[in-house]
Amino acid sequence: MLDLTASALARKIQAGEVSSREAAEAANRRVEEVEDRVNAFITPTPEIALERAGRVDDRARNGGLRPWEGVPLVVKDVLSTKGVRTTCGSKILEDFTPLYDASALANFGEDLVMVGKANMDEFAMGSSTENSAYGPTRNPWDLGRVPGGSSGGSAAAVAAGEGWWGLGTDTGGSVRQPAALCGIVGLKPTYGRVSRRGLIAFGSSLDCIGPMTRDVRDAALLLQAIAGHDPLDSTSASVDVPDYLTDLEGGVSGLRIGVVKELMDERIDAGVREVVGRVVGELEEAGAEVGEASLPHAYYALEAYYIIAPAEISSNLARFDGVRFGLREQADGVHEMYRKTREKGFGDEAKRRIMLGTYALSSGYYDAYYAQAQKVRTRMIRDFREALSRYDVLVSPTAPSVAFEIGAKTDDPLAMYLQDICAVPASLAGIPAISVPGGLSDGLPVGVQLMSDHFTEPMLLRAARSAEQVSDFEFSPRP
Amino acid sequence: MISEEQVRHVANLARLGLTDEEVSRMGGQLDAILDSIEKIRELDLEGVPPTANPLDLTNVLRPDEPRAELSRESALSTAPDAVDGMFAVPRID
Repeated sequence: MLDLTASALARKIQAGEVSSREAAEAANRRVEEVEDRVNAFITPTPEIALERAGRVDDRARNGGLRPWEGVPLVVKDVLSTKGVRTTCGSKILEDFTPLYDASALANFGEDLVMVGKANMDEFAMGSSTENSAYGPTRNPWDLGRVPGGSSGGSAAAVAAGEGWWGLGTDTGGSVRQPAALCGIVGLKPTYGRVSRRGLIAFGSSLDCIGPMTRDVRDAALLLQAIAGHDPLDSTSASVDVPDYLTDLEGGVSGLRIGVVKELMDERIDAGVREVVGRVVGELEEAGAEVGEASLPHAYYALEAYYIIAPAEISSNLARFDGVRFGLREQADGVHEMYRKTREKGFGDEAKRRIMLGTYALSSGYYDAYYAQAQKVRTRMIRDFREALSRYDVLVSPTAPSVAFEIGAKTDDPLAMYLQDICAVPASLAGIPAISVPGGLSDGLPVGVQLMSDHFTEPMLLRAARSAEQVSDFEFSPRP
Repeated sequence: MISEEQVRHVANLARLGLTDEEVSRMGGQLDAILDSIEKIRELDLEGVPPTANPLDLTNVLRPDEPRAELSRESALSTAPDAVDGMFAVPRID
């Protein structure tokens, strides 16, 4: 059962060949087996998984389960879960229990078979899951290495088989980069495709909830479950949700694929470029029309992102002030209470980005930094418009390297930020992007990133399905 | 160069307590990050409009109708301190 994809397991549950409860038991056993080595979860929820799986099984007897129901899911600890502690990887929310579920979970109803709340960089800030107040997660491929981040807990849990699929969030690569480093599929949908209500905000103009799965079919099915308009998120898109599975096996014949030259230069490890090049070659063999695409502002996207994202963070994290929820440190006056609470509650990276964002937004610097970054964002969008008028899908590496060693970049924020270099252009433009395992370099997984225009997920998923079929990679749970 | 005084000023704007050690470390790290961001100045961005939202949304409105929300009791249940059905804070100084 552990080797099945989520879609295959879902079909077996519907056919009555396997019960959801058996699946939950298997996931819970796997958590017990590997968790002391992997540390993918902040809060495992084995009893919740069993209880809800039992309810799914009761309903299954009458038929009518929705196609994604009953398959144990890993949920990043940034998504609010009613009655289940939600920490965001931060000490400031150590004892916080949300009063409602994130809207993205609504299609699972009361019976979401949740294995646990997955570890993450604090408030989703980081690319290694080392910025968690609950200890680092380890990469199931090599326990001395990071799983990527910030959704490293979800990625590692799925790679380790502690659940068949997972949800992460992606602001500047936080679904795609850990998916790449852990050898799974990670999809960042179009901005606004999935409601952000109940997602504890990091960068509100960038945040997207996305599937982290064993294969592309699973990603399509999970997107089907979470996509949709939500009147309670004014930035969610009023666009019909198509069927993401219908055209999945349509292949790439005649599809125009552009390789982004700015993201295939010497900043990317040679071994990573080689895997991406090989997959592109195979796609051409399979009938795609392949050419070179250019995103000239990709060289500036990272810099713009590291102004825009911290600016939004510094605003969003203002709500953690010890008044309505979370930690409070005692003090005589309210200002001292704010300062002490935030000093004690936030970790280094959160403090650094609050400072960076507050500085960039402060009087006298706003025009020099934030306003300029927003203009670069416009240019980035125009680059994509131009490139996507010539190509249907753009391809690049997902991350500049394979998984690095734990501790290798913790003292050098800039080196860590470079991990996002291939991921942030799509984030700034709000377009969908997916990472698919393309093969191995030095024995570690390499992700191939595919990007396409707003709301063209059906085509993107079809291309990604072909990419995973031609790649030299087979999923199996580790360690 | 960001001075320690500037670091303390920004920390105060953000209501963020920092130790002396954090203040000196933060200054150097912010400098390094801001230096790398200077690269944007190479670009001529005259006349380019800023983007705040990638989907070009303008004001999104919904009917102003009352609907069921959290009760006062549950809204206060997550608060560190509450008195008489309200959030309670230390003396406002």
